[in-house]
Amino acid sequence: MPFIPHTEDDVREMLAVIGAPDINTLFEEIPADLRAQGLTQVPDALTEMQIGQLMQRRAAQDGTYLNFIGAGAYQHHIPAAVWAIVTRGEFYSAYTPYQAEASQGTLQLLYEYQTMMASLTGMEVSNASLYDGASALSEACLMAVRANRKSQSAKFLLPSNVNPTYCKVAKAIAGNQNLQFETIHFDASGLVTLDALKQYATDDITALVIQQPNFFGQLEDVDALTDWAHAKGAMVIAVVNPTSLAILKPPGEWGSAGKGADIVVGDGQPLGVPLASGGPYFGFITTRMEYVRQMPGRIIGRTVDMEGRQGFTLTLQAREQHIRRGKATSNICTNQGLLVTAATIYMAITGATGLENIAIMSQQRCKELVESLTAIKGVKAAFTGSRFHEAVILLERNVGEVLSTLLKHGIVGGYDISAHYPKLGNALLVCTTEMNSSEDIAAYAKALAEILND
Amino acid sequence: MTEKLIFQHSRTGRTATAQYPAVSATAEVPEKLRRKKRPMLPEVSELQAVRHYTRLSQRNFSIDTHFYPLGSCTMKYNPRACNQFAMLPEFLNRHPLAPDATGQGYLACMYELQEMLKDVTGMHSVSLTPMAGAQGEFAGVAMMRAYHKSRNESHRDELIVPDAAHGTNPATATMCGCKVVEIPSLPSGDIDLEALQKAVGPNTAGIMLTNPSTLGVFERRIKQMAKIVHDAGGLLYYDGANLNAILGKVRPGDMGFDVIHMNLHKTFSTPHGGGGPGAGAVGVSPRVAPFLPLPIVGKENNSYRWLTEKDLPQSIGRLSGFMGNAGVLMRAYIYMRMLGKQGMSRVAEYAALNANYLLARLRQAGFDPAYPERRASHEFIITLKRQARELNVNAMDFAKRLLDYGFHAPTTYFPLLVPECLLIEPTETEAKEDLDGFVDALIEIQREAETDAAKVKGAPYTLPVRRLDDVRAAKQLDLVWRS
Repeated sequence: MPFIPHTEDDVREMLAVIGAPDINTLFEEIPADLRAQGLTQVPDALTEMQIGQLMQRRAAQDGTYLNFIGAGAYQHHIPAAVWAIVTRGEFYSAYTPYQAEASQGTLQLLYEYQTMMASLTGMEVSNASLYDGASALSEACLMAVRANRKSQSAKFLLPSNVNPTYCKVAKAIAGNQNLQFETIHFDASGLVTLDALKQYATDDITALVIQQPNFFGQLEDVDALTDWAHAKGAMVIAVVNPTSLAILKPPGEWGSAGKGADIVVGDGQPLGVPLASGGPYFGFITTRMEYVRQMPGRIIGRTVDMEGRQGFTLTLQAREQHIRRGKATSNICTNQGLLVTAATIYMAITGATGLENIAIMSQQRCKELVESLTAIKGVKAAFTGSRFHEAVILLERNVGEVLSTLLKHGIVGGYDISAHYPKLGNALLVCTTEMNSSEDIAAYAKALAEILND
Repeated sequence: MTEKLIFQHSRTGRTATAQYPAVSATAEVPEKLRRKKRPMLPEVSELQAVRHYTRLSQRNFSIDTHFYPLGSCTMKYNPRACNQFAMLPEFLNRHPLAPDATGQGYLACMYELQEMLKDVTGMHSVSLTPMAGAQGEFAGVAMMRAYHKSRNESHRDELIVPDAAHGTNPATATMCGCKVVEIPSLPSGDIDLEALQKAVGPNTAGIMLTNPSTLGVFERRIKQMAKIVHDAGGLLYYDGANLNAILGKVRPGDMGFDVIHMNLHKTFSTPHGGGGPGAGAVGVSPRVAPFLPLPIVGKENNSYRWLTEKDLPQSIGRLSGFMGNAGVLMRAYIYMRMLGKQGMSRVAEYAALNANYLLARLRQAGFDPAYPERRASHEFIITLKRQARELNVNAMDFAKRLLDYGFHAPTTYFPLLVPECLLIEPTETEAKEDLDGFVDALIEIQREAETDAAKVKGAPYTLPVRRLDDVRAAKQLDLVWRS
């Protein structure tokens, strides 16, 4: 029996202690007419060897491609040590550290993670993770309603150059509590401008959402936007890519007065988590100390034990569902602990220097890619300003068709955003990281040139 | 022994150069958008990082190292194969937005997972998207709201929740803009049907139930309950936290549930990871199917694709940036294929055997079951009310002392309505001798409590730290390290 250790003698002895004639008797409280009949869609059991062979075949079927998609998930080199440690049974098969004394490893790691994320984002406190970047934005909006005591409106300004899936998720999750989202349009540079915000000058706004770099990879004038929001009593929710923060001004310093964003969220995937068809990733959220009691999710605190030794424990649990039930800050319980473990080890190994070099190289490669692609007739960049490692490329042909042909060259050439942004025309969002070599970029440009000149 | 923080190993300029590219360029960022001061990340060698985190790992209890009978969490063995095959390079390197054509192998697994989950739950349709149980609950209640709205009954915003429910149930109700109506449990552990009858009405959206309940017993009158709620126009929501107890034996769909979520990290053995990731797939009856969250895997002419808003215009929408916790789902798929058809009901059978055996042994040893007349499901509750009163040794003390004996503690102080409770869930993967060792430890702790209560109250003694000052942790907040 797979994974069940009982011998026939065990079963006999155990039933004797229970005083039941057979195992089925243990289910006697279930009404007979509810008992399940046999399963029809679950095949017979496979041994480990057999499932291994099946999975190898399926993996081979998926193949290997040169990837130029980012759009919220980024392929970066992951040091071998990261997942070697993450998959140690002591991390992999433990659960939420309810018994602090028996979970000091996980708890100390999470405290270190909180420290790293707070420093990276320039904020004072971090939680121990949310599900992913998209759901983290929803949680940030719900948190802003609680934290912004000056605002009664639960109204949010959500630029359309924020990741469109994040916007959909925010509406699907936070919309149930009657939060309202006003769409702000970007200008010809792909950026949010004060001009676009002007019409809300006198409205009660709970928070302005700013993604930096924005979904197009362009850099927003975050200081001006932050000043605008703060001047009218709105909070600023920053959506950021953690890798970019090695070179970009941290949200904690946004604004001319350096007061900074109020809540910072994003997807931690770039920090040592593989792409893996979409997950598991993790969401991060950081904020200022004054709002810590409004923050959702687990938080770890450092304290001492009864002998005065340093120790770590779950704290501020009165915010959470298992204590506060219907009045909790969120219903989140299980989070993404194992991915945070990966990110913590990743940040420890790369350090600030490594992260900075990775960010610079990702940016350099993007510049190279944009230059190579726009050198092709009929290809141009949608926007000209400063970027991080993504760019919108405009084609004269249908993007979907071009991408299908590129796939035959072994290239996943970017993410077709034409349907999300019809006004941009045939728009393709491309991305590079340190993983895309100059040779890869040349191969992409050569293939695209061939396709477009056909 | 205190373990230094990783930052305390830092030396300025020390770095792991093999792990990132050398660059000659500088960042091209306008002055006002540029980072001026480096973040405080560790400056350590690769070995120092590896050693530090390996040593931290050794300060954890885990399933791989200890019996971990944490009630309501289903801490069963996580087969290593599930991890290894989910981490094949082609799966890991695939971008979620890459064309479906590059993911047919992966999508085939997801499609088959949906089909198997429908089969074991008796539900009509499944979405794998929710990223944990609580998000599954959110999706479920949001679907119930959407269903009522589609019938012009938006006013149905009351959710009935038993007093023994998980905290996530009422918290989810709030997140979905619903009001909670709490109903009591009877001394037998069953729901009070009269109270339920009084609680339903024209504003009833539905009821959220775990069956077996968090009290560790099967709700015997589930069919009558289903009728009461359905007659009132409400829907039945099944919280799958305890699905391990009935896998292959009873199907939520056959009990009359309209919406369910499953905790794949419990029943289907994906790793708990020190607090996640989970996966909270949802299943629904036909009338709720149009509202399922996206995406879902569809199959046409032997090829697979993600369904979108165009396919499911009434969907409650998207709950994640991409496709949910894809890699967790892959591990659940591998696990289910290894158990196979016959293995499903064996899970419930041996989980029940282990739970009832532990219950019987503890009862013989003089411990008090909270529901002595009832069979255990896959878990059960011992109340230490008597020990707390007579010996001044409470459930927390027993829990902490168990750690010294090399056992992770059961869930303590949940459900809240049983005083001084231990909620004990052994799971099917534990061998008899490990259960016996746990019983022996509890007997020994009871003896200690009777002869030297202070010893039990001072536990643990053998772990990296002794009991922690939680009050200080909450009052003198120290949430990030400062040099």
